[in-house]
Amino acid sequence: MIEIENVHKSFGALEVLKGINLTVDKGEVVSVIGGSGSGKSTLLTCINGLEPINSGRILVDGIEVHAKTTDLNKLRRKIGIVFQQFNAFPHLTVLENVTLAPRKVKGLSRQEAEEIAVKHLTHVGLAEKLNVYPGRLSGGQQQRMAIARALAMSPDYMLFDEVTSALDPQLVGEVLDTLKMLADEGMTMICVTHEMSFARDVSNRVAFFHKGVMAEIGPPEQIFGNAQHEETRKFLSSVR
Amino acid sequence: MFDTALSFNDLLFLLKGAGVTLSVTAFAVVGGTVLGLLFGVLRSHVSPWAVLPLTFVLDVFRSVPLLIQLILANASQAIAGLQFSPFVTSCIVLALYTSAYCTEIVRGAIEAVPPVTRRAARSLGLTWGQDMTQIVFPMALRVGLPSWIGLTLGVMKDSALVLWLGIIELLRASQILVTRLQEPMFILLIAGAIYFALSFPIARLGGRLEKRWQEND
Ligand SMILES: Nc1ncnc2c1ncn2[C@@H]1O[C@H](COP(=O)(O)OP(=O)(O)OP(=O)(O)O)[C@@H](O)[C@H]1O
Ligand SMILES: [Mg+2]
Repeated sequence: MIEIENVHKSFGALEVLKGINLTVDKGEVVSVIGGSGSGKSTLLTCINGLEPINSGRILVDGIEVHAKTTDLNKLRRKIGIVFQQFNAFPHLTVLENVTLAPRKVKGLSRQEAEEIAVKHLTHVGLAEKLNVYPGRLSGGQQQRMAIARALAMSPDYMLFDEVTSALDPQLVGEVLDTLKMLADEGMTMICVTHEMSFARDVSNRVAFFHKGVMAEIGPPEQIFGNAQHEETRKFLSSVR
Repeated sequence: MFDTALSFNDLLFLLKGAGVTLSVTAFAVVGGTVLGLLFGVLRSHVSPWAVLPLTFVLDVFRSVPLLIQLILANASQAIAGLQFSPFVTSCIVLALYTSAYCTEIVRGAIEAVPPVTRRAARSLGLTWGQDMTQIVFPMALRVGLPSWIGLTLGVMKDSALVLWLGIIELLRASQILVTRLQEPMFILLIAGAIYFALSFPIARLGGRLEKRWQEND
Protein backbone atom coordinates (compact mmCIF):
# COMPACT_ATOMS: atom_id res chain seq x y z
CA MET A 1 0.00 0.00 0.00
CA ILE A 2 1.21 3.50 -0.82
CA GLU A 3 0.00 6.18 1.58
CA ILE A 4 0.59 9.80 0.72
CA GLU A 5 -0.33 12.08 3.60
CA ASN A 6 -0.55 15.84 3.24
CA VAL A 7 2.62 16.10 1.18
CA HIS A 8 4.03 19.54 0.43
CA LYS A 9 6.93 20.00 -1.92
CA SER A 10 8.63 23.14 -3.20
CA PHE A 11 11.39 23.86 -5.65
CA GLY A 12 12.83 27.02 -4.15
CA ALA A 13 9.98 29.48 -3.84
CA LEU A 14 7.72 27.49 -6.16
CA GLU A 15 5.31 25.22 -4.31
CA VAL A 16 4.67 22.32 -6.64
CA LEU A 17 2.68 19.99 -4.35
CA LYS A 18 0.28 21.67 -1.96
CA GLY A 19 -0.91 19.03 0.45
CA ILE A 20 -1.48 15.84 -1.51
CA ASN A 21 -3.42 12.98 0.11
CA LEU A 22 -3.73 9.70 -1.72
CA THR A 23 -3.82 6.04 -0.77
CA VAL A 24 -3.20 3.39 -3.36
CA ASP A 25 -4.13 -0.16 -2.39
CA LYS A 26 -2.42 -3.33 -3.50
CA GLY A 27 -3.58 -4.28 -6.98
CA GLU A 28 -5.07 -0.91 -7.69
CA VAL A 29 -4.40 1.10 -10.84
CA VAL A 30 -4.58 4.85 -10.35
CA SER A 31 -4.22 7.20 -13.29
CA VAL A 32 -3.10 10.73 -12.72
CA ILE A 33 -4.16 13.38 -15.21
CA GLY A 34 -3.79 17.13 -15.22
CA GLY A 35 -2.24 20.09 -16.97
CA SER A 36 1.42 20.68 -17.57
CA GLY A 37 3.29 21.77 -14.46
CA SER A 38 0.58 20.59 -12.08
CA GLY A 39 3.07 18.44 -10.15
CA LYS A 40 2.31 14.95 -11.48
CA SER A 41 5.91 13.94 -12.25
CA THR A 42 7.13 15.49 -9.04
CA LEU A 43 4.74 13.35 -7.02
CA LEU A 44 6.09 10.16 -8.61
CA THR A 45 9.72 11.10 -7.93
CA CYS A 46 8.79 11.85 -4.32
CA ILE A 47 7.22 8.42 -3.90
CA ASN A 48 10.50 6.60 -4.52
CA GLY A 49 12.54 9.20 -2.70
CA LEU A 50 14.33 10.64 -5.73
CA GLU A 51 13.08 14.03 -4.53
CA PRO A 52 12.87 15.18 -0.90
CA ILE A 53 9.61 16.61 0.41
CA ASN A 54 9.04 19.63 2.62
CA SER A 55 6.34 18.25 4.88
CA GLY A 56 3.83 15.45 5.23
CA ARG A 57 4.85 11.85 4.69
CA ILE A 58 4.77 9.02 2.21
CA LEU A 59 4.55 5.42 3.40
CA VAL A 60 5.24 2.42 1.19
CA ASP A 61 4.17 -0.78 2.91
CA GLY A 62 4.32 1.17 6.15
CA ILE A 63 7.89 2.36 5.60
CA GLU A 64 8.31 6.11 5.62
CA VAL A 65 10.15 6.99 2.42
CA HIS A 66 11.71 10.21 3.63
CA ALA A 67 12.63 9.09 7.13
CA LYS A 68 16.36 9.42 7.78
CA THR A 69 16.62 5.81 8.85
CA THR A 70 15.05 4.43 5.67
CA ASP A 71 17.39 2.56 3.35
CA LEU A 72 16.23 4.11 0.09
CA ASN A 73 18.26 1.80 -2.12
CA LYS A 74 16.49 -1.12 -0.54
CA LEU A 75 13.06 0.49 -0.65
CA ARG A 76 13.46 1.31 -4.32
CA ARG A 77 13.64 -2.37 -5.21
CA LYS A 78 9.93 -2.47 -4.42
CA ILE A 79 9.08 0.50 -6.60
CA GLY A 80 9.71 0.47 -10.32
CA ILE A 81 9.52 3.71 -12.23
CA VAL A 82 9.53 4.44 -15.94
CA PHE A 83 10.07 7.98 -17.15
CA GLN A 84 8.73 10.00 -20.00
CA GLN A 85 12.20 10.65 -21.48
CA PHE A 86 14.10 7.68 -22.88
CA ASN A 87 16.61 6.57 -20.31
CA ALA A 88 18.21 3.39 -21.55
CA PHE A 89 21.83 2.88 -20.55
CA PRO A 90 23.27 3.42 -24.03
CA HIS A 91 26.56 1.60 -23.45
CA LEU A 92 24.86 -1.64 -22.44
CA THR A 93 22.93 -4.09 -24.59
CA VAL A 94 19.22 -4.58 -23.98
CA LEU A 95 19.96 -7.71 -21.98
CA GLU A 96 22.66 -5.96 -19.95
CA ASN A 97 20.35 -3.02 -19.30
CA VAL A 98 17.88 -5.39 -17.71
CA THR A 99 20.34 -7.60 -15.82
CA LEU A 100 22.38 -4.76 -14.33
CA ALA A 101 20.23 -4.01 -11.29
CA PRO A 102 19.34 -7.62 -10.44
CA ARG A 103 23.05 -8.42 -10.45
CA LYS A 104 24.44 -5.34 -8.72
CA VAL A 105 21.58 -4.59 -6.36
CA LYS A 106 20.16 -8.02 -5.62
CA GLY A 107 23.43 -9.85 -6.07
CA LEU A 108 22.04 -12.45 -8.47
CA SER A 109 24.46 -14.41 -10.62
CA ARG A 110 24.70 -13.48 -14.28
CA GLN A 111 22.81 -16.63 -15.23
CA GLU A 112 19.97 -16.07 -12.76
CA ALA A 113 19.69 -12.45 -13.82
CA GLU A 114 19.66 -13.35 -17.50
CA GLU A 115 16.89 -15.88 -16.98
CA ILE A 116 14.74 -13.24 -15.32
CA ALA A 117 15.65 -10.63 -17.92
CA VAL A 118 14.80 -12.88 -20.84
CA LYS A 119 11.47 -13.69 -19.24
CA HIS A 120 10.53 -10.02 -18.87
CA LEU A 121 11.93 -8.97 -22.24
CA THR A 122 9.93 -11.73 -23.88
CA HIS A 123 6.89 -10.58 -21.96
CA VAL A 124 7.17 -7.07 -23.41
CA GLY A 125 7.90 -8.42 -26.88
CA LEU A 126 11.64 -7.82 -27.09
CA ALA A 127 12.89 -11.40 -27.17
CA GLU A 128 14.54 -10.76 -30.53
CA LYS A 129 16.50 -7.74 -29.32
CA LEU A 130 18.52 -9.13 -26.43
CA ASN A 131 21.96 -8.31 -27.79
CA VAL A 132 21.09 -5.07 -29.53
CA TYR A 133 22.21 -1.71 -28.17
CA PRO A 134 19.37 0.67 -27.19
CA GLY A 135 20.41 3.16 -29.86
CA ARG A 136 19.09 0.69 -32.40
CA LEU A 137 15.65 0.45 -30.80
CA SER A 138 12.58 2.48 -31.72
CA GLY A 139 11.14 4.76 -29.07
CA GLY A 140 8.38 2.30 -28.28
CA GLN A 141 10.88 -0.53 -27.93
CA GLN A 142 13.05 1.61 -25.65
CA GLN A 143 10.10 2.27 -23.38
CA ARG A 144 9.16 -1.39 -23.30
CA MET A 145 12.76 -2.21 -22.44
CA ALA A 146 12.60 0.31 -19.60
CA ILE A 147 9.46 -1.42 -18.36
CA ALA A 148 11.17 -4.81 -18.48
CA ARG A 149 14.19 -3.34 -16.71
CA ALA A 150 11.99 -2.14 -13.86
CA LEU A 151 10.03 -5.40 -13.74
CA ALA A 152 13.22 -7.45 -13.49
CA MET A 153 13.61 -6.19 -9.92
CA SER A 154 10.20 -7.79 -9.16
CA PRO A 155 8.76 -4.57 -7.77
CA ASP A 156 5.47 -4.51 -5.89
CA TYR A 157 4.58 -1.12 -7.34
CA MET A 158 5.10 0.46 -10.72
CA LEU A 159 5.08 4.19 -11.38
CA PHE A 160 4.68 5.34 -14.97
CA ASP A 161 5.32 8.94 -15.92
CA GLU A 162 3.77 9.70 -19.30
CA VAL A 163 5.66 6.84 -20.83
CA THR A 164 4.00 7.36 -24.21
CA SER A 165 4.21 11.10 -24.60
CA ALA A 166 7.63 11.14 -26.30
CA LEU A 167 6.51 8.50 -28.80
CA ASP A 168 5.36 8.76 -32.39
CA PRO A 169 1.60 8.16 -32.46
CA GLN A 170 1.90 4.79 -34.16
CA LEU A 171 4.13 3.51 -31.33
CA VAL A 172 1.87 4.57 -28.48
CA GLY A 173 -0.40 1.55 -28.80
CA GLU A 174 2.26 -1.10 -28.23
CA VAL A 175 3.40 0.55 -25.00
CA LEU A 176 -0.13 1.07 -23.70
CA ASP A 177 -0.86 -2.57 -24.44
CA THR A 178 2.08 -3.50 -22.25
CA LEU A 179 0.70 -1.35 -19.43
CA LYS A 180 -2.74 -2.91 -19.82
CA MET A 181 -1.22 -6.35 -19.64
CA LEU A 182 0.51 -5.44 -16.37
CA ALA A 183 -2.70 -4.03 -14.95
CA ASP A 184 -4.54 -7.22 -15.88
CA GLU A 185 -1.89 -9.22 -14.06
CA GLY A 186 -2.69 -7.35 -10.88
CA MET A 187 0.30 -4.99 -10.67
CA THR A 188 -0.23 -1.99 -8.43
CA MET A 189 0.33 1.02 -10.65
CA ILE A 190 0.26 4.78 -10.62
CA CYS A 191 0.16 6.04 -14.20
CA VAL A 192 0.59 9.66 -15.06
CA THR A 193 -0.92 9.87 -18.50
CA HIS A 194 -2.28 12.07 -21.22
CA GLU A 195 -4.06 9.12 -22.81
CA MET A 196 -7.60 9.63 -21.60
CA SER A 197 -8.93 6.43 -23.10
CA PHE A 198 -6.24 4.49 -21.25
CA ALA A 199 -7.14 6.25 -18.00
CA ARG A 200 -10.79 5.46 -18.55
CA ASP A 201 -10.42 1.84 -19.57
CA VAL A 202 -7.62 0.59 -17.34
CA SER A 203 -7.70 2.47 -14.05
CA ASN A 204 -9.69 1.81 -10.92
CA ARG A 205 -9.48 5.47 -10.02
CA VAL A 206 -8.49 8.62 -11.83
CA ALA A 207 -6.91 11.59 -10.03
CA PHE A 208 -7.02 15.04 -11.51
CA PHE A 209 -4.16 17.38 -10.55
CA HIS A 210 -4.48 21.10 -10.86
CA LYS A 211 -1.75 23.54 -9.80
CA GLY A 212 -0.25 21.30 -7.16
CA VAL A 213 -3.58 20.18 -5.71
CA MET A 214 -5.39 16.93 -6.29
CA ALA A 215 -8.61 18.64 -7.26
CA GLU A 216 -10.64 15.50 -7.76
CA ILE A 217 -10.32 11.74 -7.54
CA GLY A 218 -12.81 9.04 -8.29
CA PRO A 219 -13.69 6.11 -10.50
CA PRO A 220 -13.29 6.76 -14.24
CA GLU A 221 -17.08 6.94 -14.69
CA GLN A 222 -17.22 9.87 -12.28
CA ILE A 223 -14.23 11.77 -13.68
CA PHE A 224 -15.12 11.28 -17.32
CA GLY A 225 -18.90 11.19 -16.99
CA ASN A 226 -19.84 13.35 -14.08
CA ALA A 227 -16.88 15.41 -12.91
CA GLN A 228 -17.62 17.34 -9.72
CA HIS A 229 -15.13 20.09 -10.33
CA GLU A 230 -15.30 22.89 -12.83
CA GLU A 231 -11.50 22.59 -13.41
CA THR A 232 -11.77 18.87 -14.19
CA ARG A 233 -14.45 19.50 -16.78
CA LYS A 234 -12.42 22.33 -18.29
CA PHE A 235 -9.32 20.17 -18.50
CA LEU A 236 -11.15 17.24 -20.04
CA SER A 237 -12.82 19.36 -22.66
CA SER A 238 -9.40 20.83 -23.53
CA VAL A 239 -7.78 17.45 -24.15
CA ARG A 240 -10.62 15.93 -26.10
CA MET B 1 71.01 12.65 -48.10
CA PHE B 2 72.45 9.66 -46.24
CA ASP B 3 75.81 11.23 -46.05
CA THR B 4 75.60 12.11 -42.38
CA ALA B 5 77.85 12.36 -39.38
CA LEU B 6 75.10 10.95 -37.19
CA SER B 7 76.42 7.84 -35.51
CA PHE B 8 74.63 4.93 -33.97
CA ASN B 9 75.51 6.31 -30.54
CA ASP B 10 73.94 9.64 -31.43
CA LEU B 11 70.78 7.84 -32.40
CA LEU B 12 70.81 6.04 -29.07
CA PHE B 13 71.25 9.42 -27.42
CA LEU B 14 68.13 10.65 -29.18
CA LEU B 15 66.20 7.55 -28.20
CA LYS B 16 67.26 7.98 -24.59
CA GLY B 17 65.88 11.52 -24.81
CA ALA B 18 62.67 10.06 -26.19
CA GLY B 19 62.61 7.72 -23.20
CA VAL B 20 62.77 10.72 -20.87
CA THR B 21 60.00 12.48 -22.80
CA LEU B 22 57.88 9.37 -22.58
CA SER B 23 58.42 8.86 -18.85
CA VAL B 24 57.78 12.51 -17.95
CA THR B 25 54.62 12.37 -20.08
CA ALA B 26 53.53 9.08 -18.54
CA PHE B 27 53.94 10.35 -14.97
CA ALA B 28 52.18 13.59 -15.86
CA VAL B 29 49.27 11.93 -17.63
CA VAL B 30 48.75 9.18 -15.07
CA GLY B 31 49.05 11.55 -12.10
CA GLY B 32 47.06 14.26 -13.84
CA THR B 33 44.30 11.87 -14.81
CA VAL B 34 43.93 10.42 -11.32
CA LEU B 35 43.75 13.92 -9.85
CA GLY B 36 41.56 15.11 -12.72
CA LEU B 37 39.07 12.31 -12.06
CA LEU B 38 38.95 13.16 -8.38
CA PHE B 39 38.63 16.91 -8.94
CA GLY B 40 36.22 16.45 -11.85
CA VAL B 41 33.86 14.33 -9.75
CA LEU B 42 34.08 16.92 -6.97
CA ARG B 43 33.43 19.77 -9.38
CA SER B 44 30.37 18.07 -10.84
CA HIS B 45 28.82 16.91 -7.55
CA VAL B 46 29.67 19.49 -4.91
CA SER B 47 28.23 22.97 -4.87
CA PRO B 48 30.43 25.44 -6.80
CA TRP B 49 31.01 27.45 -3.62
CA ALA B 50 32.46 24.54 -1.69
CA VAL B 51 35.09 23.88 -4.34
CA LEU B 52 35.82 27.50 -5.14
CA PRO B 53 39.41 27.36 -3.82
CA LEU B 54 40.08 24.25 -5.90
CA THR B 55 38.56 25.82 -9.00
CA PHE B 56 40.70 28.89 -8.47
CA VAL B 57 43.94 26.94 -8.12
CA LEU B 58 43.16 24.85 -11.20
CA ASP B 59 42.40 28.02 -13.14
CA VAL B 60 45.84 29.31 -12.18
CA PHE B 61 47.45 26.12 -13.49
CA ARG B 62 45.56 26.51 -16.74
CA SER B 63 46.32 30.17 -17.32
CA VAL B 64 49.97 30.63 -16.25
CA PRO B 65 52.39 29.49 -19.00
CA LEU B 66 53.86 26.11 -18.22
CA LEU B 67 57.41 27.39 -18.55
CA ILE B 68 56.84 29.93 -15.78
CA GLN B 69 55.27 27.23 -13.59
CA LEU B 70 58.25 24.95 -14.09
CA ILE B 71 60.85 27.57 -13.27
CA LEU B 72 58.92 28.94 -10.29
CA ALA B 73 58.29 25.45 -8.92
CA ASN B 74 61.93 24.49 -9.31
CA ALA B 75 63.07 27.65 -7.54
CA SER B 76 60.48 27.27 -4.75
CA GLN B 77 61.33 23.68 -4.01
CA ALA B 78 64.99 24.65 -3.74
CA ILE B 79 64.19 27.52 -1.37
CA ALA B 80 61.99 25.22 0.69
CA GLY B 81 64.90 22.80 0.88
CA LEU B 82 62.96 19.91 -0.63
CA GLN B 83 65.86 18.78 -2.80
CA PHE B 84 63.61 17.40 -5.54
CA SER B 85 65.49 16.47 -8.67
CA PRO B 86 64.49 18.45 -11.78
CA PHE B 87 62.85 15.26 -13.05
CA VAL B 88 60.62 14.93 -9.98
CA THR B 89 59.78 18.62 -10.04
CA SER B 90 58.91 18.39 -13.71
CA CYS B 91 56.66 15.39 -13.19
CA ILE B 92 54.80 17.08 -10.34
CA VAL B 93 54.31 20.35 -12.20
CA LEU B 94 53.23 18.64 -15.40
CA ALA B 95 50.87 16.36 -13.48
CA LEU B 96 49.17 19.34 -11.82
CA TYR B 97 49.04 21.16 -15.13
CA THR B 98 47.48 18.09 -16.74
CA SER B 99 45.05 17.64 -13.86
CA ALA B 100 43.74 21.17 -14.35
CA TYR B 101 42.74 20.38 -17.93
CA CYS B 102 41.66 16.86 -17.13
CA THR B 103 39.33 18.15 -14.41
CA GLU B 104 37.42 20.18 -16.97
CA ILE B 105 37.23 17.24 -19.36
CA VAL B 106 35.92 14.96 -16.61
CA ARG B 107 33.44 17.52 -15.33
CA GLY B 108 32.11 18.20 -18.82
CA ALA B 109 31.83 14.51 -19.63
CA ILE B 110 30.03 13.70 -16.37
CA GLU B 111 27.62 16.56 -16.86
CA ALA B 112 26.89 15.29 -20.37
CA VAL B 113 25.26 12.20 -18.84
CA PRO B 114 21.52 13.00 -18.90
CA PRO B 115 20.12 13.43 -15.37
CA VAL B 116 17.19 11.18 -16.25
CA THR B 117 19.59 8.32 -17.01
CA ARG B 118 21.12 8.69 -13.58
CA ARG B 119 17.67 8.90 -12.00
CA ALA B 120 16.74 5.70 -13.76
CA ALA B 121 19.84 4.03 -12.34
CA ARG B 122 19.14 5.22 -8.82
CA SER B 123 15.48 4.30 -9.06
CA LEU B 124 16.52 0.69 -9.74
CA GLY B 125 18.22 0.69 -6.34
CA LEU B 126 21.77 1.28 -7.52
CA THR B 127 23.82 3.19 -4.97
CA TRP B 128 25.58 6.42 -5.81
CA GLY B 129 28.84 4.54 -6.23
CA GLN B 130 27.28 1.90 -8.47
CA ASP B 131 25.66 4.62 -10.55
CA MET B 132 29.08 6.23 -10.97
CA THR B 133 30.97 3.07 -11.88
CA GLN B 134 28.31 1.29 -13.94
CA ILE B 135 26.61 4.17 -15.71
CA VAL B 136 28.30 7.54 -15.36
CA PHE B 137 31.94 6.62 -15.97
CA PRO B 138 31.33 4.37 -18.98
CA MET B 139 29.04 6.97 -20.56
CA ALA B 140 31.36 9.86 -19.70
CA LEU B 141 34.37 7.97 -21.06
CA ARG B 142 32.84 8.00 -24.51
CA VAL B 143 32.29 11.73 -24.30
CA GLY B 144 35.62 12.66 -22.76
CA LEU B 145 38.04 10.30 -24.46
CA PRO B 146 38.74 12.40 -27.60
CA SER B 147 39.58 15.44 -25.46
CA TRP B 148 41.66 13.30 -23.13
CA ILE B 149 43.67 11.92 -26.06
CA GLY B 150 44.18 15.47 -27.27
CA LEU B 151 45.35 16.46 -23.80
CA THR B 152 47.80 13.55 -23.63
CA LEU B 153 49.31 14.36 -27.01
CA GLY B 154 49.53 18.02 -26.03
CA VAL B 155 51.27 17.20 -22.75
CA MET B 156 53.79 15.07 -24.62
CA LYS B 157 54.73 18.06 -26.76
CA ASP B 158 54.60 20.51 -23.84
CA SER B 159 56.90 18.24 -21.86
CA ALA B 160 59.75 19.55 -24.02
CA LEU B 161 59.71 22.62 -21.77
CA VAL B 162 61.31 20.64 -18.96
CA LEU B 163 64.59 21.09 -20.85
CA TRP B 164 64.70 24.46 -19.13
CA LEU B 165 65.32 22.65 -15.86
CA GLY B 166 68.32 20.96 -17.45
CA ILE B 167 66.60 17.69 -18.32
CA ILE B 168 67.77 16.09 -21.54
CA GLU B 169 64.57 14.92 -23.16
CA LEU B 170 63.97 14.40 -26.85
CA LEU B 171 63.99 18.03 -27.96
CA ARG B 172 67.03 18.93 -25.84
CA ALA B 173 68.86 15.86 -27.11
CA SER B 174 68.25 16.86 -30.70
CA GLN B 175 69.35 20.43 -29.96
CA ILE B 176 72.63 19.12 -28.59
CA LEU B 177 73.19 17.01 -31.69
CA VAL B 178 72.27 19.89 -33.99
CA THR B 179 74.84 22.08 -32.30
CA ARG B 180 77.51 19.43 -32.54
CA LEU B 181 76.82 18.01 -36.00
CA GLN B 182 75.37 21.10 -37.74
CA GLU B 183 72.72 19.01 -39.52
CA PRO B 184 69.55 20.66 -38.21
CA MET B 185 67.16 19.49 -40.92
CA PHE B 186 68.07 15.83 -40.72
CA ILE B 187 68.18 15.63 -36.94
CA LEU B 188 64.97 17.52 -36.38
CA LEU B 189 63.33 15.31 -38.96
CA ILE B 190 64.35 12.29 -36.94
CA ALA B 191 63.21 13.92 -33.70
CA GLY B 192 59.89 14.76 -35.30
CA ALA B 193 59.53 11.20 -36.51
CA ILE B 194 60.15 9.93 -32.99
CA TYR B 195 57.52 12.29 -31.55
CA PHE B 196 55.13 11.01 -34.18
CA ALA B 197 55.95 7.40 -33.38
CA LEU B 198 55.20 8.05 -29.70
CA SER B 199 51.92 9.85 -30.41
CA PHE B 200 50.54 7.71 -33.18
CA PRO B 201 49.62 4.61 -31.13
CA ILE B 202 47.74 6.78 -28.61
CA ALA B 203 45.84 8.59 -31.33
CA ARG B 204 45.05 5.30 -33.09
CA LEU B 205 43.86 3.68 -29.87
CA GLY B 206 41.45 6.55 -29.34
CA GLY B 207 40.22 6.33 -32.91
CA ARG B 208 39.62 2.61 -32.63
CA LEU B 209 37.72 2.86 -29.37
CA GLU B 210 35.55 5.64 -30.76
CA LYS B 211 34.76 3.63 -33.83
CA ARG B 212 33.84 0.59 -31.80
CA TRP B 213 31.51 2.65 -29.60
CA GLN B 214 29.92 4.32 -32.57
CA GLU B 215 28.97 0.96 -34.00
CA ASN B 216 26.73 0.51 -30.96
CA ASP B 217 24.69 3.63 -31.59
N1 LIG C 1 14.13 19.92 -10.47
C1 LIG C 1 13.31 21.00 -10.53
N2 LIG C 1 13.74 22.21 -10.17
C2 LIG C 1 12.92 23.28 -10.22
N3 LIG C 1 11.66 23.25 -10.62
C3 LIG C 1 11.15 22.07 -11.00
C4 LIG C 1 11.96 20.87 -10.99
N4 LIG C 1 11.19 19.86 -11.43
C5 LIG C 1 9.99 20.37 -11.71
N5 LIG C 1 9.95 21.70 -11.46
C6 LIG C 1 8.78 22.59 -11.60
O1 LIG C 1 7.74 22.05 -10.83
C7 LIG C 1 6.50 22.20 -11.49
C8 LIG C 1 5.81 20.86 -11.58
O2 LIG C 1 6.57 20.05 -12.42
P1 LIG C 1 6.13 18.57 -12.81
O3 LIG C 1 7.18 18.07 -13.72
O4 LIG C 1 5.85 17.80 -11.58
O5 LIG C 1 4.78 18.82 -13.60
P2 LIG C 1 3.92 17.79 -14.44
O6 LIG C 1 2.56 17.83 -13.86
O7 LIG C 1 4.59 16.48 -14.49
O8 LIG C 1 3.90 18.48 -15.87
P3 LIG C 1 4.02 17.79 -17.32
O9 LIG C 1 2.65 17.34 -17.68
O10 LIG C 1 4.45 18.93 -18.19
O11 LIG C 1 5.01 16.72 -17.24
C9 LIG C 1 6.80 22.84 -12.82
O12 LIG C 1 6.52 24.22 -12.73
C10 LIG C 1 8.27 22.61 -13.01
O13 LIG C 1 8.82 23.68 -13.74
MG1 LIG D 1 5.61 15.42 -16.01
